[in-house]
Amino acid sequence: MSGIMNRKLAIKLKAIPLSPSRHLVQRMGFSLLTLVAMITVVPIILVVLYIIYQGWPAISWTFITGLPKDGMRAGGILPAIIGTFYLTLGTAIFSVPIGLGAAIYLSEYAPENRWTRMIRIAIINLAGIPSVVYGLFGLGIFVLFLHFGTSILSASLTLSIMTLPVIISTAEEALRAVPQSFRVVSISLGGTRWQTIWRIVLPQSLPGILTGIILGLERAAGETAPILFTGAAFFLPRLPNSPLDATMALPYHLFVISTQVPGMPVKIQYGTALVLLVFVLSMNTIATIIRSRARAHRQW
Amino acid sequence: MNTSTTWSEYIITRLIKVTGYSAILFVVIIFYFLLNEGLPALGEVPINKLLSTRWYPIENYFGILPLIGGSIIVTLGAALFAMPIGLGTAIFIAEIAPRWAREILKPLVEVLGGLPSVVLGFLGILILSPDLRRLLNLPTGLTAFTGSLLLGGIALPTIVSVAEDALDAVPRSYRDAALALGATEWQTIWRVTLPAARSGVLTAFMLGIGRAIGETMTVMMVTGNAPVMPTGISAFFSPVRTMTATIAAEMGEVANGSVHYHVLFLIGITLFLISLAINITASTVVFRQRKRQERILS
Repeated sequence: MSGIMNRKLAIKLKAIPLSPSRHLVQRMGFSLLTLVAMITVVPIILVVLYIIYQGWPAISWTFITGLPKDGMRAGGILPAIIGTFYLTLGTAIFSVPIGLGAAIYLSEYAPENRWTRMIRIAIINLAGIPSVVYGLFGLGIFVLFLHFGTSILSASLTLSIMTLPVIISTAEEALRAVPQSFRVVSISLGGTRWQTIWRIVLPQSLPGILTGIILGLERAAGETAPILFTGAAFFLPRLPNSPLDATMALPYHLFVISTQVPGMPVKIQYGTALVLLVFVLSMNTIATIIRSRARAHRQW
Repeated sequence: MNTSTTWSEYIITRLIKVTGYSAILFVVIIFYFLLNEGLPALGEVPINKLLSTRWYPIENYFGILPLIGGSIIVTLGAALFAMPIGLGTAIFIAEIAPRWAREILKPLVEVLGGLPSVVLGFLGILILSPDLRRLLNLPTGLTAFTGSLLLGGIALPTIVSVAEDALDAVPRSYRDAALALGATEWQTIWRVTLPAARSGVLTAFMLGIGRAIGETMTVMMVTGNAPVMPTGISAFFSPVRTMTATIAAEMGEVANGSVHYHVLFLIGITLFLISLAINITASTVVFRQRKRQERILS
């Protein structure tokens, strides 16, 4: 430990009053922080419970598997459910290979130099770009420049780039957590670098990588702004039949029926919100389960 | 080992290197396409018109100041809620909560991070804004204040998780030294742990604010969408319109290549540069902190 830091610490500690009331202060302070944590957490629980409570009566077989009718004021939301499913799948197809490759590069190959630092800064920046700016970019490059039109393809590509930083950073963390000794043993037994990665490092870090992928896709599934001008359809009473079709999507549909359609029954709004919530939260839950199981079964 | 493994290994290594550099490539092409579509606006609209306070595109008024002002006021409000509450929650999780409580709290905060912003906006329209209107006796509940409350909720998970990581990274020995000298845990938190994690907490605040300024759907749904220049405290309780909401609301209706289209991309460039500045600053803070930690711990 450096001497400067020690001296600083010592000065701070000397200034701490040791009056008897300090335990009272502590008790009050701890209660305050507990209250603050409750302010964060309780609304989350209430929001989820309230949507379940209000949305449950709307859920029926026709609501899940039917086409929207009467200007979306009746019928089901199947096209939106399928659309969100396709978009999530499309996002996975592009972002998983690239994200995983980048994570492997950063964790297993990249030297510690200026370029690697630039890659890291680029990833942090990708993570920070506002979602609506991704939408603009997708419109500029995929819809107009590459002529993919307003389509599932354009929207998936846009969402993929947005999802990349989440996948890269969590996957890299999972890869780095595999102990160095595993790699050393594999290499010393004659394995090449790639064989070591493919047969030893990847299988060991798979749960962490999966968690990252699911959390990234969860974000993509719930996003609206990036697909607004790249692939979302206001109203489409049929299922899309090619990647070049536009599609309805759950988050955009919820936006449409809660702001753009007058006289919308509240029941359908809450029902749509509930389906979206279930879609997203089930991904979240799967990720949490994978992570905690992996932690329990870890071999190192 | 035969030649074919060496060959495939060579190709795989190349491919992985390419994907590794893809992040830089994406940032560059995103910026390129924004510039490509947005810069013509500077030639089509005189700069003093752009920096005026009237946004009314149908009659060719493209003053973006009210939109910037809207973004600032909503984000400022969100930061005022989210920073103290987020830091308090992070301290609670990292320093005070027993293990079982931590195992419940952390996934719950993650759930908040995963809630789609449209769901929050939807509840904002249906529940929060009518309640606020009645409570504060306002003509409308769709105000900057409503947006700030919800945006605060969106910024919270980022602030909590980054700040908690920073607190967690403070070496155990710091706390032990303070406690051994007779300080209470409360004093240790405020005078030792928190100052030691200062730069991480700062990063958390910056990333949270970055998250809030870029949020689109929630603000578009609950802030009332009136491009009025916010002035003074009263603007907090009247409708505003942010940069993000403007892009989202108007991009669908403009003709590609029109002046309006170019100006919307120009607003996109502004947002991109703001997030770039926030994130580069935040990441240099993180790098510096890591270096210092390595020095101290070695």
